[in-house]
Amino acid sequence: MLKDVTIGQYYPTGSVIHKMDPRTKILFTTAFIVMLFCINNLWGYLATLLILVAVTLVSKIPVSYIIRGIKGLVLIILLTVTLNLFMTPGTVIASLGPLNITMEGLKVATYMALRLIFLIVGTSIMTLTTSPIDLTDGMEWCMRFIPFVRRYAHELSMMMSIALRFIPTLMEETERIMKAQKARGANFETGSIIARAKNLIPILIPLFISAFRRADELATAMEARCYRGGENRTRMKQLVFENRDRVSFVLMLMMIIGLILTTMIKIPLLFPV
Amino acid sequence: MTMEKKEKMIEVKDVCFVYPGNSENKSVTALSDINLHINKGEFVGIIGHNGSGKSTLSKLLNAIIFPTAGDVIINGLNPKDHEHLWDIRQTAGMVFQNPDNQLVATIVEEDVAFGPENLGVPSLEIRERVDRALATVDMQAYAHQKPHQLSGGQKQRIAIAGILAMEPECIIFDEPTAMLDPSGRREVMETIRKLNQEKNMTIIHITHYMSEIINADRIIVLDAGKIVMEGTPVEIFKNVSALKKIGLDVPQMTELAYELRKEGMNIKDSILSIDEMVDALCQ
Amino acid sequence: MPVEIKNLSHVYSEGSPFEFQALKDIDITIEDGSFVGIIGHTGSGKSTLIQHLNGLLTPTSGTVLVDGEDIFSKKKNELIQLRHHIGLVFQYPEHQLFEETVHKDVAFGPKNQGLSEDEINQRVQQSIKMVGLNYDDVKDKSPFELSGGQMRRVAIAGVLAMEPSVLILDEPTAGLDPRGREEILAQIKYLHKKKKMTVILVSHSMEDIGRLVEKILVMNAGEVVFYDSPNRVFTEIETLERIGLAVPEVTYLMRKLKEKYPEIREDIFTVAAAKDEILKVIRG
Repeated sequence: MLKDVTIGQYYPTGSVIHKMDPRTKILFTTAFIVMLFCINNLWGYLATLLILVAVTLVSKIPVSYIIRGIKGLVLIILLTVTLNLFMTPGTVIASLGPLNITMEGLKVATYMALRLIFLIVGTSIMTLTTSPIDLTDGMEWCMRFIPFVRRYAHELSMMMSIALRFIPTLMEETERIMKAQKARGANFETGSIIARAKNLIPILIPLFISAFRRADELATAMEARCYRGGENRTRMKQLVFENRDRVSFVLMLMMIIGLILTTMIKIPLLFPV
Repeated sequence: MTMEKKEKMIEVKDVCFVYPGNSENKSVTALSDINLHINKGEFVGIIGHNGSGKSTLSKLLNAIIFPTAGDVIINGLNPKDHEHLWDIRQTAGMVFQNPDNQLVATIVEEDVAFGPENLGVPSLEIRERVDRALATVDMQAYAHQKPHQLSGGQKQRIAIAGILAMEPECIIFDEPTAMLDPSGRREVMETIRKLNQEKNMTIIHITHYMSEIINADRIIVLDAGKIVMEGTPVEIFKNVSALKKIGLDVPQMTELAYELRKEGMNIKDSILSIDEMVDALCQ
Repeated sequence: MPVEIKNLSHVYSEGSPFEFQALKDIDITIEDGSFVGIIGHTGSGKSTLIQHLNGLLTPTSGTVLVDGEDIFSKKKNELIQLRHHIGLVFQYPEHQLFEETVHKDVAFGPKNQGLSEDEINQRVQQSIKMVGLNYDDVKDKSPFELSGGQMRRVAIAGVLAMEPSVLILDEPTAGLDPRGREEILAQIKYLHKKKKMTVILVSHSMEDIGRLVEKILVMNAGEVVFYDSPNRVFTEIETLERIGLAVPEVTYLMRKLKEKYPEIREDIFTVAAAKDEILKVIRG
């Protein structure tokens, strides 16, 4: 299950989308998400689907890879759909014991499912096409425009980048500790849930100790390399908007306008307007 | 040979260091009465068993910690004046034991850039420094890799490049080879030797592998927080039994020479390498 | 317990772009009571191989027979039982310590075996003694307040407490100072000599391998290059160097001395043996 979550993973293909400035991609994705919640009919979702298909094709990321991302979150989607399906009052179209399915429920559930799926796909495409380090830099820049968060922009992005740096290391470490405890006869595979949870202690404690030790050593190493926060700090790579970014800003505007236009279509598609 | 006046890189005067205790633990004296100086361009090896105070000493030398008593002067600056702190850390870089726990960024070249970025070096110059540093440690080909995909020796070379990009005059190595396999160890030692010989950089190398310092200019032996021996490799390693007593090794050839001498063979006590041994046995 | 490795192959992430063959057709037998050293540079398959011996990894093809029984046809519970007999000490084993006291940590293995309280206590005491620590001094201490070398020994005691008949150690001396290295190796030698344990030692130190083991397994790119006595293996200097390995310094010395003293033996890999040979041949 965990390995199915593709959000946050990077899939380099060298496409034009990969080369785009991370800030452009963050802004584009933000606009996309906002629009996703403004859409109010299936025409809009159809248009969104087309946009996603187009972007996916340009990004050269295998469709199967993106679908895998949805699979990881299928439980959350199902839960939302079920809740909306049964809990929305309105015209009853079918009954399941004490539970009623309404036309309105069906509509809300469908919209919610589409929203969630598109949301996941949209953000996955952003993270799949942007290296973590670019993403962090882009977010640091974007955070400068958010009040309150602005003061911590550097710290937050430093934390994120260190987390990204150490995730693979700690994953390897977890596996190693798990094997070492298995070699001492620990059993992680059978037993009741409580027993299994208890069995995690021999993994979690060494893992925490190791993480703290690493954090301590890293902090010393950072200090030895003259780290003293974001003040007066320069960067080797500076983000520069290029022509492809300008083009994509035009496309973004077109997307926003186009999607707003779809909300005005009064022709019913599957559901009444 | 005439005594030339050498410029001092580091001076340690009457230094003590005590790790303060709390209600549960007693305070621990890690170093006492340390006096030493290191000249510019020198390659100094520091040996001593675990807990002898080597790491504490190394951290004093680039102002990560401060002496409880006495003074450490680095390139004429005293870290007690906090305004010099960053100059000192820039001048005396440090490479640590665990290659994983000193790399900050997710991409190799970004990591090498971390130091100069902290120093506020202009972007274009950082780029140049990073390229130069990566070339020095022979890792240009890996500039865009992720650190966790590299071998231990390669990670350690990246860590060295990260220090080089700050353009220090002196690098302190705190057991940089302890966690590496033989080929990683060889890579790192070749890099360190190159820095000393070609870039004339001052090197302080802390290690448990005696073979790594047989070419050092000077060796300092620590035991229980004190300097117990100081001298050239030949002067130090001839004290085979004294070194063994404080839990240290000598190079294999030195040990063999010692054993043969004990058996009454006439072999000089200054042998460190295989070739020297062959010469001694084949005259 | 003899361990027979039969045509063992292992492929990581089969069918993905990251597919990597770590072991190719390994076919060797580790005899009961022997002391085997495994050498090979990083990535040669040493770690993958030893993790098959107690069933932590499952082979892609081939199998492992312990005491004549195929361990991969066993049920999960039987496999967990097997792990008590084949003790595996990982690199930096002190990183697996987790209990509040040394006693409790060492007791983790025997507890998993389902032994009685008395037997557990007895085994804990014994194994802590076996690694050269004083039981009464350390039993109530937190493992984390010990020195690095002591922590490592407690971790090894944690495996010994299961009373394995085969003990596999992956670079047990990595990161220790010379005295720490010497102490650990002396304990291992003792376990093999006095407790008749079969020992498999993975090490990068040719000097340690040369003076301890009876047989050396040389691995390269997932394949067995040699599986023979140190005398035979360490005279293959060219082959070893070609795969990124070396021989002990004294062996290089003997080879150089041979140019002047043709009668000198080359199959020498300890300082003590070199001393005797030089005294015999050169001093006469």
